[in-house]
Amino acid sequence: MSTHSDTAEAVGSLKEYVTGFVLAVVLTAIPFWLVMGREIHSSRITAAVLLGFAAVQIVVHMVYFLHMNGKSEGGWTLLALLFTVMLVVIALSGSLWVMYHLDTNMMPPGMHGHDMHDMRTMP
Amino acid sequence: MSDMTTATPGSSATVAEPYFYTTHEHHPENGTLLGFWLYLMSDCLVFACLFAVYAVLGRNYAGGPTGAELFDLPVVATNTSLLLLSSITYGFAVLQMQRNRLRPTLVWLGATGLLGAGFIFLELREFAHFIHDGAGPQRSAFLSSFFTLVGTHGLHVTFGIVWLITLMVQTAKRGLVPENHRRLMCLSMFWHFLDVVWIGVFTFVYLMGVLP
Repeated sequence: MSTHSDTAEAVGSLKEYVTGFVLAVVLTAIPFWLVMGREIHSSRITAAVLLGFAAVQIVVHMVYFLHMNGKSEGGWTLLALLFTVMLVVIALSGSLWVMYHLDTNMMPPGMHGHDMHDMRTMP
Repeated sequence: MSDMTTATPGSSATVAEPYFYTTHEHHPENGTLLGFWLYLMSDCLVFACLFAVYAVLGRNYAGGPTGAELFDLPVVATNTSLLLLSSITYGFAVLQMQRNRLRPTLVWLGATGLLGAGFIFLELREFAHFIHDGAGPQRSAFLSSFFTLVGTHGLHVTFGIVWLITLMVQTAKRGLVPENHRRLMCLSMFWHFLDVVWIGVFTFVYLMGVLP
């Protein structure tokens, strides 16, 4: 039964789950309200705010639901997570960066928003 | 018999030794959870690639319908709340499991499964609606990447439900033995992880997709 107490400390309490849930509800409701009510006119600013809320909510889920901290499994879960976050950032920003430059350098004028198939037929 | 004779003389001297071994034996049990976490991280990379594809192709409509025309935000909000509620019901199941109460654990797991099934139902209805309106995955690069990303997440949730039902049957039959305890903890991580991925989906695909 000593194995139970070993995992018990990593699982969290009722208070932890409820706190996480309330925070998650608030952090979900605000972005939906912002978009559905058209609260901010600029799409660019709205997008930035949305991404900010998503980032905070992901951290909330990680801490309160997945019980992420520097001590669980001797810090290896956190290390694996940080490594993954690094790879995710490289994959996402790298893809966007490269493809944006391909678009701006290779698209004929007025072709933005059209599919790649049309582009291939151009000289 | 020869084991007995060698063990008895040394037993008084080595009483402390086996104790140290048993404390070290804990690592394989936690090893499953760490290993499962590593699997989740690799799954995270799969989703990151699909998100990257959507980020690159998500505005290539090929003259077809746009996200703003297709997405029904109240349905997405309902879906999001279903998944968020299923996260906390799974949390309650884990808390009951921790106190070794079998029936409440199964009840909360059942609630989680029903909420997950509701999520899948609404998502499939949305997909069917899109395809019926001629906005299937073959219509444009936007829709191809949309169906791949959201479909992969939905497939994960579906398999999570299959896993959940399997574990409910196992737990009902064998009780909250350490093996089921460990399995339920793995599924807990899987389930909460899918909710984390959904944060990315509803923000990046749906909410940002309807912005002008």
